[in-house]
Amino acid sequence: MNRLLPFAWITAVRFLGEGRLQTWFIVGGVAIGVGVIVFMSAMLAGLERNFLRRVLAAQAQIQLLPPEQVARPLRGGDGVVTDPVVQRPAQRLASIDQWRRIAELLRTMPGIDTVSPTAAGSVLAMRGETSRSASMTGIDPQTYFRIVAIPDFVVAGTARLTSEDIVVGIELARELGAAVGDRIDLRAASGAVRSLRVAGLLDFGNKGANQRVAFVALRTAQSLMGLIGGVTAIDIAVHDVFAAEEIARRIAAAHDVRAESWIATNAQFFAAMRAQIATNTLIRVFVGLSVAFGIAAVLVVSVIQRSRDIGILRAMGTRRGQILRVFLIQGGILGFAGSLLGAALGTAALVWWHAVARQADGGELFPLVIEARLFAATALLATATGVLAAAAPALRAARLDPVVAIRG
Amino acid sequence: MAEDVLRLERLGKSYRTGTPAETRVLHDIDFALRHGEFVALMGPSGSGKSTLLNIVGLLDRPSSGRVLIDGVDTGTLDERALTMLRGRKIGFVFQSHLLLSAFTALENVMLPAVAERGFASAAIEARARALLRRVGLDAVADNLAPHMSGGQQQRVAVARALALSPELVLADEPTGNLDSHSADEVFALLRDINREQGTSFLLVTHNLDLARRCDRIVRVVDGRIVDGAR
Ligand SMILES: Nc1ncnc2c1ncn2[C@@H]1O[C@H](COP(=O)(O)OP(=O)(O)OP(=O)(O)O)[C@@H](O)[C@H]1O
Ligand SMILES: [Mg+2]
Repeated sequence: MNRLLPFAWITAVRFLGEGRLQTWFIVGGVAIGVGVIVFMSAMLAGLERNFLRRVLAAQAQIQLLPPEQVARPLRGGDGVVTDPVVQRPAQRLASIDQWRRIAELLRTMPGIDTVSPTAAGSVLAMRGETSRSASMTGIDPQTYFRIVAIPDFVVAGTARLTSEDIVVGIELARELGAAVGDRIDLRAASGAVRSLRVAGLLDFGNKGANQRVAFVALRTAQSLMGLIGGVTAIDIAVHDVFAAEEIARRIAAAHDVRAESWIATNAQFFAAMRAQIATNTLIRVFVGLSVAFGIAAVLVVSVIQRSRDIGILRAMGTRRGQILRVFLIQGGILGFAGSLLGAALGTAALVWWHAVARQADGGELFPLVIEARLFAATALLATATGVLAAAAPALRAARLDPVVAIRG
Repeated sequence: MAEDVLRLERLGKSYRTGTPAETRVLHDIDFALRHGEFVALMGPSGSGKSTLLNIVGLLDRPSSGRVLIDGVDTGTLDERALTMLRGRKIGFVFQSHLLLSAFTALENVMLPAVAERGFASAAIEARARALLRRVGLDAVADNLAPHMSGGQQQRVAVARALALSPELVLADEPTGNLDSHSADEVFALLRDINREQGTSFLLVTHNLDLARRCDRIVRVVDGRIVDGAR
């Protein structure tokens, strides 16, 4: 007999070993439940991580914009409304008021990593006979690259941005028939035109973006748009991406700007994500419950089958607490063993599904996220569920009247 | 050490079977068992022998009267203390379903000590081996309980009852399920242990031949001792 295991453990293990078929069936049941949970959780985490990586790579976490221009009802001198019909005004190209002071203040604000002013607007990109509309963003490369790592998306040339350079999406370049080193003319709404040299081509992995994006130096954009010294937006990166909305609110309250966090602009995704998580939680709870009921059912039967054994144990001086433990431990072992097997099952399913399920372009549907933490948490939860499920049968076993049990 | 290993004083037991009319199973039993005594308990079926044995073994509580084990009044003890006293002073041998089938013969003999200490040890194993040798079963020490004959199982049960060197062994028809040869063997074993170690025995049996080989025969009829109370 094992000299390192306490009496209750030895007895629990022996009881499980003797009822081999029952034990394997319930461990299998627990494993299937745990496998489903592991598979779903890991896939969900992978999908979420994939999306976040994509969104956060190509977007500032907070963007400050000038306040919306609102129209007020026209009033006469005595306060009488003379023209109550108010139309939404077309939004004029506007610079952020006192943007230098705001940017300076934000740089010292806790939680903020990088502050980068930009000037963005629509332009017509022209080359020879061809023209395409494009969305031009004038940036300060040094700060902006820390928010969106443009160099990472360069597939040809470099991300150099002197006042003579332009970096464009590959689709836009293709449609214009331009290659690195070629010149492209940009015409702004004001009518101003600049001729710029293509320094690099970008691939954001998104056709719409690749057809429209054009990055130029901040000064170039400012002069094209007739916005000398002004910026249309301030892009911000923060330490904790999930605090972005909170920080955005604080900024909007303190300054005369609109502040849009990536959380707000991707509200739909987050709503979908929340729904997914809620569904996942619900499924977990029900799978957990069915696992618990399964373990409890097996142990209830076991207590009945073992009542004579329990009676003999009690007659030879085994304490009630020890009997209680024998069955609690059995529940814990069933939960733990099931979770190990289930984790293996879930991981196998995950690896298989990852290999089989592909996006339309052949890319992976979700990254394979296999975290030790998920397994540890699952094993812990399954073990606790097992012990909890064993509580009722264990109490029953401990309270068994030995006289009745022995007479059987 | 008290003079008597067991004293019963005006012991009564009745079952409330849900109706106001109680079933009285034992009536005012006065009885004593001296250290080293080997006593047979006889009586017709349903007379209350097993009930009496369970109360003496502290598995059941009396409805009235007192049970003294080695001078200790058990009526004042709580569940935990009763379990401890039972483990230390009393050994059981039952008629059937004697061993835990998930354990080997040797492990069955070790179990009472392991349960008491919490862990197995070399000393516990050595004592269990010695006991198995004493009952003549060292050859089947590693057999699982179901892989032994009825007589062998009963002898293992005897060895287990002796594991914690109890003062009193209670045996409820220990030979009832055995053929006459095995029955004789088991009885002789109990009698020898009684002589060697001075362990007291209270033995329920329907076999008059065996009963005659005991120190004293106590007869129970309808829950009353009619003969041999001392
Ligand atoms: N839990 C109980 N509730 C009601 N009556 C009971 C209960 N347990 C035992 N009895 C009754 O007590 C009486 C004595 O039973 P007991 O088992 O002690 O008899 P016994 O002398 O051991 O008989 P046998 O020789 O057949 O083993 C019987 O009439 C039995 O029906
Ligand atoms: Mg009986």
